[in-house]
Amino acid sequence: MPEWPLWEVFVRPRRGLSHTHVGSLHAPDAALALRNARDLFTRRQEGVSIWVVPAAAITASSPDEKDSFFDPAADKVYRHPTFYEVPDGVQHL
Amino acid sequence: MSGFGFVLGLGDDALVAAQRLAQWCARAPELEEDVALANIALDQLGAARLLLGYAGELEGEGRDEDALAYLRTDREYRNVLLVELPDRDFAVLMAKLLFLSAWQRLRYEDLAAGDDERLAGIAAKAVKESAYHLDHSALWTVRLGDGTDESHARMQRAVDEVWPYTHELLAEAPHLRANWLSTVDGVLAEATLRRPDDGWRPGGGRDGRHTEALSYLLAEMQVLHRAYPGARW
Repeated sequence: MPEWPLWEVFVRPRRGLSHTHVGSLHAPDAALALRNARDLFTRRQEGVSIWVVPAAAITASSPDEKDSFFDPAADKVYRHPTFYEVPDGVQHL
Repeated sequence: MSGFGFVLGLGDDALVAAQRLAQWCARAPELEEDVALANIALDQLGAARLLLGYAGELEGEGRDEDALAYLRTDREYRNVLLVELPDRDFAVLMAKLLFLSAWQRLRYEDLAAGDDERLAGIAAKAVKESAYHLDHSALWTVRLGDGTDESHARMQRAVDEVWPYTHELLAEAPHLRANWLSTVDGVLAEATLRRPDDGWRPGGGRDGRHTEALSYLLAEMQVLHRAYPGARW
């Protein structure tokens, strides 16, 4: 039997929060992937909404490209908004 | 107020179904299905515990859920034959679960609105679980029925084999039969499966007359308690 395809699972813990990646699973199709995700990842009331995405549909950055992708950001301190004076009394910034 | 025998029958249906489902753990086609079936088994077990506990109180002879589950012989079990049938094939498991969960959902819905408050409480909790069991078995029935030639043939064979045993299930509450048939017919049609003709109607489970499959099932389920009475971990 050919192995079932892999699906990535995202769960929204509660209303107002984003869906977060929680793991992956095997399922023959999307409907069953959703149900398997329900059984595997929301057994203890971890969520109110589930997304499943075929793992094959995800384009990921390659570990080999780590240097060119991410390192150039390391010395660009001016990208961090740390040079502003924060006025007194501002609570949510 | 319900009778001891009636509640015992409902509890035994759930308990024997739970034990059969649990036998699939680590034997399903994929790990994910192992977990799904174990979840369903635990739902059934949860309902069985509540029902048997209540049955014991109705009987009033001091038997608790464990005494009823572990210390009765096959002749004292009151489950319908359908739940004890061996699952020789994954398709047989799904046919049984489809027929049973479609029935339990209607039955529990009915009882949840009934006069017996204790039973209504148990049923109200179980009805959502039954809806999920129905969803799971319906999805699989459709995928196998409307799948390959091989899966279609095996799913049809399973439906044919299990169908006669649904009569015993339905006999207890004939007013739910039409509703049950429309649910099951819908799934079978989507699965491109044929509903078998009504013919042979095996029964007797509610009177303690079972197939030999139940004896093996109980032997495995009860062996620990009989060897080490009251064992805990």
